[in-house]
Amino acid sequence: MKSGYFPGCTLKTNAKNFEDSAMQIMEILGQPLEEMANWICCGTVFSMTTDDLMLQLSSIRNLLRAENQGYDELVALCSMCYNTLKRAKEFILNDEENLRKVNDFMYKEESTFKGTTDVVHLLSILKDRITFDEIQKKVTKPLKDLKIGAYYGCLLLRPKELAIDDFEDPSIMEELVDTLGGDGIVFPYRLECCGAYQTIIEKDVTIKRTYEIINSAREAGCEALITSCPLCAFNLDQRQKETSEEFLEFSTMPVFYFTELMALAFGIKWNKDWTKLHYVNPEPFLKKKGLI
Amino acid sequence: MKRIGVFICHCGINIKDTVDVERLTQELEDYPGVAYIENYMFMCSDPGQNTIKNAIREHKLDGIVVAACSPTLHESTFQTVLKESNLNEFQLEIANIREQCSWVHNDIEQGTHKARLIIKTAIEKLKLNESLYPVSAPVTKKALVIGGGISGIQAALDIADGGYQVVMVEKKPSIGGHMIQLSETFPTLDCSQCILTPKMVALSKHKNIKLYVNSELESIDGYVGNFNVKIKQKALYVDPAKCNLCDDCTEVCPVLVPNEQEEGLGWRKAIYIPFPQAIPATYTLDVENCLGLEPIACGKCREKCTAEAINYDAKETIIEEEIGAVIVATGFDLYPVENIPEYGYGKYPDVITSLQFERILSATGPTGGEIYRPSDGKVPKEIVFVQCSGSRDPEHHLSYCSKICCMYTLKHAKLYKHKIHNGQPYIFYIDIRAGGKRYEEFVQQAVSEEGIVYIRGKVAKIYKNGDKMIVMGMDTLSGKKIEVEADLVVLAMGIVPSEGSHDLVKTMKINTDDKGFLSEAHPKLRPVESLQAGFYLAGTSQGPRDIPDSVSQASGAASKALILLSSDKIYHSPIIAWVDEDLCSGCTICVGTCPYGARELNQVSKVVEVNEILCEGCGACISACPSGAAQQKNLTDNQIDNMIKIIASGK
Ligand SMILES: Cc1cc2nc3c(=O)[nH]c(=O)nc-3n(C[C@H](O)[C@H](O)[C@H](O)COP(=O)(O)OP(=O)(O)OC[C@H]3O[C@@H](n4cnc5c(N)ncnc54)[C@H](O)[C@@H]3O)c2cc1C
Ligand code: SF4
Ligand code: SF4
Ligand code: SF4
Repeated sequence: MKSGYFPGCTLKTNAKNFEDSAMQIMEILGQPLEEMANWICCGTVFSMTTDDLMLQLSSIRNLLRAENQGYDELVALCSMCYNTLKRAKEFILNDEENLRKVNDFMYKEESTFKGTTDVVHLLSILKDRITFDEIQKKVTKPLKDLKIGAYYGCLLLRPKELAIDDFEDPSIMEELVDTLGGDGIVFPYRLECCGAYQTIIEKDVTIKRTYEIINSAREAGCEALITSCPLCAFNLDQRQKETSEEFLEFSTMPVFYFTELMALAFGIKWNKDWTKLHYVNPEPFLKKKGLI
Repeated sequence: MKRIGVFICHCGINIKDTVDVERLTQELEDYPGVAYIENYMFMCSDPGQNTIKNAIREHKLDGIVVAACSPTLHESTFQTVLKESNLNEFQLEIANIREQCSWVHNDIEQGTHKARLIIKTAIEKLKLNESLYPVSAPVTKKALVIGGGISGIQAALDIADGGYQVVMVEKKPSIGGHMIQLSETFPTLDCSQCILTPKMVALSKHKNIKLYVNSELESIDGYVGNFNVKIKQKALYVDPAKCNLCDDCTEVCPVLVPNEQEEGLGWRKAIYIPFPQAIPATYTLDVENCLGLEPIACGKCREKCTAEAINYDAKETIIEEEIGAVIVATGFDLYPVENIPEYGYGKYPDVITSLQFERILSATGPTGGEIYRPSDGKVPKEIVFVQCSGSRDPEHHLSYCSKICCMYTLKHAKLYKHKIHNGQPYIFYIDIRAGGKRYEEFVQQAVSEEGIVYIRGKVAKIYKNGDKMIVMGMDTLSGKKIEVEADLVVLAMGIVPSEGSHDLVKTMKINTDDKGFLSEAHPKLRPVESLQAGFYLAGTSQGPRDIPDSVSQASGAASKALILLSSDKIYHSPIIAWVDEDLCSGCTICVGTCPYGARELNQVSKVVEVNEILCEGCGACISACPSGAAQQKNLTDNQIDNMIKIIASGK
């Protein structure tokens, strides 16, 4: 099984901390991530328009290139990349006419798209392939007394055909936190919309979402959140700035990528550069818990 | 060669305007086989019929073609004419030159040409028609009713009152079904047990009814009017004849089991009576939970029982019965609530199902009819009902409407208000479906007088905050997300076919629809019969419905069964399939295609045989048979070939 890593744009920029930490933990778990060559934009947001195949091309071109590079599967870290690539693949493969059209269009590529490369999310690899038991063996600094809420959002779970877990009642990330020695807390708003791209056109909508989601997490006893989506992270973390301005009594909460906490639990030293990519500085929290 | 008479009808101007009947009469006079031909204004009238009779006599005809309207209208009229003239009625062919010809053409040339071809094909078919005689079989005058809910009880009582024997098989220790669990019933709010128990007692005392509880159908063979059934009855560790209902055994039994009758809201012992009015009135020993049927393991109940009613050596028994008609009344279950994890059932004790709420409301229930919530026994001041839980959600759950939950939810809200006057009920709904008699009035009265708040929208999620349940949903009238705090949440779960009916259809091989409910023979005109002859459907086994509808359908099924039981013999059209034994290879492809289960491989001769009573002559097997061995009487390959030749010649 040849497994390739698909980064996508954000993992190289605003979510570099996500990529770095993922690379390091996968190294320790003995399955280093190998970046595919020549990748382009994942397609950002699966388009529901059924009669404009142009909108699927970017995703399909990535999958075709992965096929040609001999990858059986493509691992995504970003929930959005995972969702977009996987849905585009199903959409095109399930309709012969669509398949013919995109292949005609991509005549300059080395070969035609067949759909032999699977799209998987890193969380599925951790749970199903590596297993949480193996992960536990690598924990050197358990996340003792860390009460962590897992924020799923929508892209890992919907539509239900591509859900990485029960789409109404997932537990994969809470289990991961428990595996790392922490306390994975189920909070009511963990699947509620983060506001997604409203963050650009209707910032107020997102601010209100952030306010409700963070408060819901706090009421349930969470001290910090984890996520696997750079867009959710942007809304839940960066937007806490505006949220604090709008709601004076609001108090902030650190938001991590799940891989950052895995890295800490595996004994990897916290990288100061990661801190810069957070709006809510996680260092005081990590210090208090004795992790840095 | 047959001497065939052809009679062309004008049908007033219906046929004559588009078909030149005079010309056809002249042209066909010399057609091979035609001994006599005539046309007339109304062939179906008395003078028309007499024309045929006279011609049969005078011209010694032995086959008749009537070219007229569709055979669904007057075939039997003309068959009677043949019978009265001492001809076999299967020597008649109808050439449909009205619905399939004159009515669909304008041009008289076209119409005449097509009528000519239709009449000639009928003549060709008739030439090879055999004389046939209706198939008949005797009828065993006894009915089997499977399932002892209100539907089965009603059907059994009707048939028994009609004077015929009934065998009732019920899986559980008592009859009563779901209705015995209900508190009060909409729209009249009469006590469910008070109206049901008299029927249960009547059933148990009826001289024509034999009741087997703790029993299931093991096998069924035979065919309509003549079934052989085997019933498996679990071991009766408590002898009903000796048990004097003293209740001593339950006191000593050390095992506690969640009580099914209370929907898990209470406990029972391993030896128990399901509820005080159980029929038959006796105790049941639940071996699965009993510590062991031997003195070393426990044996307390037998020791205590002074009536010596308990026998640990009892064995399962198989009872054989001969049966004429079968009524299936296996009922419903609630849609599994575990399938909706976001509603938190199982995680939060204060999220309960509608049937659990029935038990809380019931005077015989775990709270004696007082409304307390399960977690801490507090009286719920705010209560939320979630309609369509699992229903009308084709993407994730059931696609259909469960039909009764709008009404029972409203009943729940009303009964709640009657007990807790200052309490506030909220109901989440999609629409209110109140189509029954006096149902809309029931709704209107509640909305205007009882202060029930209806919120139009679906519930997304239920979670706990402090000691309140938060019901998160959508108010689609205002377009806003809404969160309602509640002390207790009741899920109005959808209705699915009972587990017992899934098992049963496998044993009986009767059809179900794509949801697992039993299929009726025709959705409008034969709603209480199965496509499989001799099986009748009652109650919620066929689809979600309330008590009045279940009872009506049960009586309908009973009257259909009574028609069968009261006949000395059953007759059947002889236009059915037969097997050419020389050609049949025994491949059994046809067996699977027959929707009526009429074909079976004879294990000795290795050829397929047709059960003449079950075969409906649909022809499915004939087109499936690869060796031409499956044939239909009076519709053989030869006949069809000859008919096609006429059409293909175009003349
Ligand atoms: C919460 C709730 C409230 C309701 N309130 C009302 C109301 O107020 N008014 C109203 O009109 N209706 C009401 N109803 C509807 C009513 O309960 C049903 O219409 C009625 O009970 C249907 O009866 P039944 O005999 O068809 O099915 P059931 O009551 O389900 O009886 C089926 C019987 O068959 C038995 N069985 C199943 N499989 C087998 C097998 N293989 N072999 C032998 N036996 C078997 C079962 O054990 C059971 O005893 C309510 C329903 C619910 C869920
Ligand atoms: S023998 Fe079984 S049923 Fe009887 S008392 Fe003991 S556990 Fe209960
Ligand atoms: S009866 Fe009412 S509550 Fe039940 S599924 Fe239909 S609409 Fe929903
Ligand atoms: S004709 Fe139809 S009913 Fe008769 S045996 Fe063939 S398939 Fe069955």
